[in-house]
Amino acid sequence: MPHERLSPRQYLILGSVAICAPLGDTFLSRGMTRIPPISLGHPASLLAAVFTPWIAVGIALLIGFFASYLTALSWADLTFVLPATAFGNVIVALLSHYWLHESISIERWCGISLITVGVGFVAHGPSLTERPALATKQDREQEQMR
Amino acid sequence: MTIPFAPAHLEPWSATAMIAAVVLCSTAGEVLTAAAMKSIGDLDEIRAHSGLKGAIRAVLTCPLFFAGVSFLALAFFSLLFALNHLNLSLVAPASASLTLVTNAIAGKLFLQEDVDRRRWTAAVLVCIGVYLLAH
Repeated sequence: MPHERLSPRQYLILGSVAICAPLGDTFLSRGMTRIPPISLGHPASLLAAVFTPWIAVGIALLIGFFASYLTALSWADLTFVLPATAFGNVIVALLSHYWLHESISIERWCGISLITVGVGFVAHGPSLTERPALATKQDREQEQMR
Repeated sequence: MTIPFAPAHLEPWSATAMIAAVVLCSTAGEVLTAAAMKSIGDLDEIRAHSGLKGAIRAVLTCPLFFAGVSFLALAFFSLLFALNHLNLSLVAPASASLTLVTNAIAGKLFLQEDVDRRRWTAAVLVCIGVYLLAH
């Protein structure tokens, strides 16, 4: 099945990857900065952090990200999916600046802009490498049923 | 010596090591996961034929998927550790951007993806972007 042009549903899945990942990261950051510094000598405290509210919501958002990410990887190249979702960096910058009140210099804004331009380059190309049809697990199961 | 994006109490190498750990674990995890999803096939088609349960079963019965998830879990805990010491506006874009470059290389080497001039240009732009982020 050719994947030169993505369907609206596939764009929606990529959008979901781009939004859920930065939102999840922001929740994690909010949660991790509210607890005392963790040292490598006490790894159990890192596990305990998982059950605090901010981090739990962050993890829920990252699960949503992962489901969308897996779906995207099933019909597009890894080198297409990752850049196409890098727009999330811009969302992270906006969230960390306006919500977490972190300062972002002009150089960092320029860096984020370049990353976004790079994403634009990839997004205009084909989503999947054309190659001779490989037998997927689904194909093999259908073959066995015949 | 200090690096601009790391808090003063941190050694310069420790901030670099934290980000490197996230990047390396992410790359291994994403390449293994991508290989798993390609071997399974289009999830939308599987769901159309076998329903959501069929799609979930197809993913959960693939051993390569669990190898990928293990590395992604390592990357996640590396990220939590890094966020405990560094700013989100550095860790998230830097690790995501560097992972993009390492994935372009790994995608070409291990997944035989067509990483053409367009995709390499994107990788170079991202490298410059990362430099500016850390400047």
